[in-house]
This record gives sequence, structure tokens and C-alpha cells, in this order.
Amino acid sequence: MARAILFDSTQCIGCRQCEQACSEGKNLPYDEKIGAEEKTSAHKLTAVRTHGERYSRKLCMHCLDPACASVCPVAALQKTAAGPVVYLPERCMGCRYCMVSCVFGVPTYEWNSRLPYVRKCDLCADRAPKNEPTRCAEACPTGATISGDRDELIAEAKKRLAENPEGYYPRIYGIEEAGGTSVLILSAVPFEQIGYPVNVEKTALPQYTWAALKHIPDVVVMGTVLLGGIHWLAHRKEEVARKEGRP
Amino acid sequence: MMDLAKRYFWRVLFVIIMVAAAYATFLRFWGGLGASTNLSDQFPWGIWIGFDVLCGVGLAAGGFTLAATVHIFNIKSYHAVVRPAILTAFLGYLLVVVALMFDLGHPYRIWHPLIMWNPRSVMFEVGWCVTLYTTVLFLEFLPVVLEKFKLHTALKVMKAVTLPIIIAGVILSTLHQSSLGSLFLIMPNRLHPLWWTPLLPVLFFISAVATGLAMTIFESWHSSKAFGRQLEYGLICRMTRVLAVITAVYLTMRFMDLSHRGALSTLNQPGLERWMFGLEIVLMAVPMLMFFREKTRQHPVAVYLGVVMYLLGFVANRMNVSVTGIERAAGVSYSPKWSEIAVTLAIIAAGFAIFKLAAHYLPVFEEEHETPAGEGGGRIPTLEGAAAHGD
Repeated sequence: MARAILFDSTQCIGCRQCEQACSEGKNLPYDEKIGAEEKTSAHKLTAVRTHGERYSRKLCMHCLDPACASVCPVAALQKTAAGPVVYLPERCMGCRYCMVSCVFGVPTYEWNSRLPYVRKCDLCADRAPKNEPTRCAEACPTGATISGDRDELIAEAKKRLAENPEGYYPRIYGIEEAGGTSVLILSAVPFEQIGYPVNVEKTALPQYTWAALKHIPDVVVMGTVLLGGIHWLAHRKEEVARKEGRP
Repeated sequence: MMDLAKRYFWRVLFVIIMVAAAYATFLRFWGGLGASTNLSDQFPWGIWIGFDVLCGVGLAAGGFTLAATVHIFNIKSYHAVVRPAILTAFLGYLLVVVALMFDLGHPYRIWHPLIMWNPRSVMFEVGWCVTLYTTVLFLEFLPVVLEKFKLHTALKVMKAVTLPIIIAGVILSTLHQSSLGSLFLIMPNRLHPLWWTPLLPVLFFISAVATGLAMTIFESWHSSKAFGRQLEYGLICRMTRVLAVITAVYLTMRFMDLSHRGALSTLNQPGLERWMFGLEIVLMAVPMLMFFREKTRQHPVAVYLGVVMYLLGFVANRMNVSVTGIERAAGVSYSPKWSEIAVTLAIIAAGFAIFKLAAHYLPVFEEEHETPAGEGGGRIPTLEGAAAHGD
């Protein structure tokens, strides 16, 4: 059971109930002014965005192999077996590499705090043990956002595409983006038209880093042998002098 | 009047920078990063990372380059410049840590990577390498202090462990100089193709080695002026030759990589990127061509200008990777706030000031042994001497 979200943007009416439920659940302020901000920030972990007559949601995609968790030097971000990518503030030293690494631009920062933390959606990880729905899914009046098991949600999304091929753009966003995400999205139009990046790599991003990092043990061992060897060769003159008793 | 102005210009500038930086420091720690920087959720790294850390570590590469040249490759003629290079490196790394104290959201947690491990993280590896290497640099510089206070027993102990320390220093430097490039491997579609390449770590390493040499020439020049020493001109000439060759290797690899990836076609696209790319390449290629010419190498001012040009090219490259190349994908343009610039200038100024003090009070420029005649002597400032010894 890997927790996930299916957001069907064709059913979204832009009522922002998900935003409000999220902010209330996370003890963040919420009013009309904050509701009108169409981007995520340290005080708004999910945002409904307007694209003409269509709406889309921005929230953490909860990648299966998240870049943010791989780059964090202190493992303050971790992908849990239950699905959510969670943040452990007591570890964070504030390097913001997670923000640089995220291809979806998700982690946000408390820029005006003296001791700032990273803020992002955690897929209501507190509700994961009891398998309760996320706050946004619970609040959604139309069923545009539903939460559940990733495999079941993929099956559900495929069913919707098959039953109503005219109503949908024939792809599920999140199956292969960044190697797969725990947030899946359906749309009536190509995804870039409702604000989702489409030039996202189809493989998990940490692989790009690992391709270089994996060589480190070899560099250490080979480097030591090579440098020691060069030192031995280059100091031959001194060695001969020592053997011949010269200073 | 001119004399007076000349004498006080740098001091007054130093005081102005320090006062501005003091106020910027107050803003940073009282108002937070929001009040003191132009950073945003879309652009979370600015010049405190792009310049202070990326360039700072690169400019301190002379420490391991010269330590390897003299202690591993046993090229004795470089002996005279090892100590200043190691001092520059040690100061450089300490100043990088100071810069991190400004940039980190929770600076007092800078030690966290030492106990909270994530071996998949490049930043984790850089953190460990920089910590260990700063310790190594301290040990490499320690004999200078021991000599000053005539602690001969301790000196003997240090001599016995020199080789493992030097080897550790070279390997740690190789790892983190390259890893600073690996930091950006995680953004293949967002860092502009003129800069993103799987070879980032290799390119960062090679350019750091060249920069280590360039910085050593740069500081030899300045210390010879400041302390009235004669310039080891024969040595400097030989170093510019090496610098030219390493830069040639670097630029060749850079262009082969660009052409293999088909990235050169992006030069047709309008925008800031192609101009900044051009600037970076020109600032490196021109000094390289200059140093291949005998006439330049014989001319101290031309050598100095070439080295400064190369160093600016290196800085341009690091700033392009960390700022220019990312702006388009981030959808915002970033330029540093005055307080970011003030702190950066203060860190550079502090570096110059501490180097001057250390070089004044510690035997940085005195040699333990006489360099063998003919091989490294060459302390001849005249043009004829340079021609004879350098080439």
C-alpha cells in the first residue's frame, strides 16, 4: 500500500476547498488574499491555478525516487515506504539544495524567518498510518482529488481514459515523470497548457548524480596507489643518495 | 597629494567595505535571508554559493596543486611557492566556511552532515571532504608556525607524516573540486546545455588545477610588490607554460563535449546565455594563446594581465553554471542585493588582509632549503634573465 493522489483536473471547479483544508490542517493562516495567491509558498503548501476556464493544482509530486531526498546532505528529506516524502526539520541546516534539485519547483523556504525551514506538502503523512484520505481529498466536493493506493489509482485513471477518450488528453502525468511520482494527474489538454512541466526526465534524477558519485571509492584507492607510486619514482635520486651515504 | 591618496586608498576602501558588510551582517541575522538577499523560492542559490563557495574553493586549489607538484612529483624548483599556496588555500577554505555561515539557514548546524549521513548526496560528500581537507591544510601549514617558534621535536614528527598528509590532501581535493561540478548534475533539463554535461565534475577538476596555478602566479606577483621581494621570474614563466597547456586541455574537452552533445547549436538562440558563454571562453582562451607566445612570457605585466584574465574567466564559468545557466528554467532573473555583494567583498578583503598579516609575521616566504642552482634559482627580474631562465 503506497499512498498516492489522483488529481483529475477535468473535474476541478477551482473552489479552493483543498487549499483551505490543507492550511487549516497544517496550522497555516488562510484567507481570501492568500487564496488568491496562485503559487505555493512557505505559507501555502498547495495552490489552485487558473488557466482560462481550466484549473490545476500544484503540490509536492512525492516522486518515487525523489531528487530532494537524494541531494539532502543530512537526510532531512526522506521518501517513506508509505509513500509521502517527509521533512525532518530538526536535521535541516538550511542549504536549500533540495529546492535547487526539485524539477517541479516544490520545496519553499521561510525567507523572512530568522531560523527558516523548508515547507512542502507531506501527503498528510500523519494520516497515512490509519490510511485516512489526505485533507485535500477529503475536502474536495467534486472528487477531482482522491487519495489511495498508487496502483489502484493508476488503474482508476486508465479506466477513466478508456471510458471517455474524447474527454481526456491520452496520458497520465506522473507515471514516468522523474521516474514516477505518487501524485497522478489527468487533463483534458496537453499538460503544459495547465502549468505542468513536460520536459521532465523520464528516469529518476538521482541516477544522474550517482553516475559520478559511484566512482569515489575507486578514485580514493586508485589515487592513493598512483600518487604513492609517483612519489616513489620521483624520489629515486634521494633514495640512491641515501644508500650511498650522501646527505 | 597623490602619494597620500595612494597610501590611504586601499585602507579607506577596506573600512568602507567592512562597515557595509557589518550592516549587511546585521540584516542577515536579524531580518533573515529574505531581508538580506534577492533569493526566492524560484532562485534559492545566489552569489554566496556561486561566488563565495564555488569560486572560493576553486581559487584555493593552489594548495593541492603545488603540494602535489613539489612533494609527490618532486619538482623542487616550485618549492618557493608551496607555502604561500598552502596559506592561500587554508585561508580560502576558512573563508568559504564563513560564507556558508551567512548562506545556511541554520548556520550553527553546519556540523550536521558529519553525524547525519546521506551517502547519495553530493553535498554530503563535499561537506566531509572540505572538513577533512581544511584539517589537512592546517597540518600542512603547521610546520610554518612550528618553525617560527622553533619547536624542533614537533617539526620532526610533522616531517615523518608529511607524505600521507599530502596524498590525503590531493585525493580529498580531487574529490571535492570535481564534486562541486557534480552538484549540478541533478538538473539535466534545467541547467542550460552550454553548461550541463555529465563531464561537469571532470571539467571542474581540470579548471581548478589551472586556477590553482594561476592564483599562485597572482599572489607571487602581489607578494613581491608588497614585501619588496624579487619575483621568481623563471619559475613564473614555467608556470604560465603549464597553465597554457592545462587550459588548452580544458578548452579542448569543453568543446569536444559541447559538439558531441550537439549543444553548440544553442548558440543560435538569442539570449544572455550565448554572450556569457562567449565571455567565459574568451577570458580563458586569450590568456592561453598569450602564454603560448614567448613574447608574453617575457613581459611581467603581460603575464600578470593574462593571469587576471584567466581568473576572471574561471569566475565567469562558475557564475554561469550557478546563475546564468539556471535563470531561464527558473523563470526569474537574479541579481544580487547590495548586502550580498558587501558580504562577498568583505570576505575577499579579509582574505587579502589576513594573508598579508600571516606573510608578515610567519616564515611563509623563507625557504627551508636552498633550491638547487640552475633548476629553480632563476630569481631574475630582468627581461634577459627571464628569457634565459624561463624558456
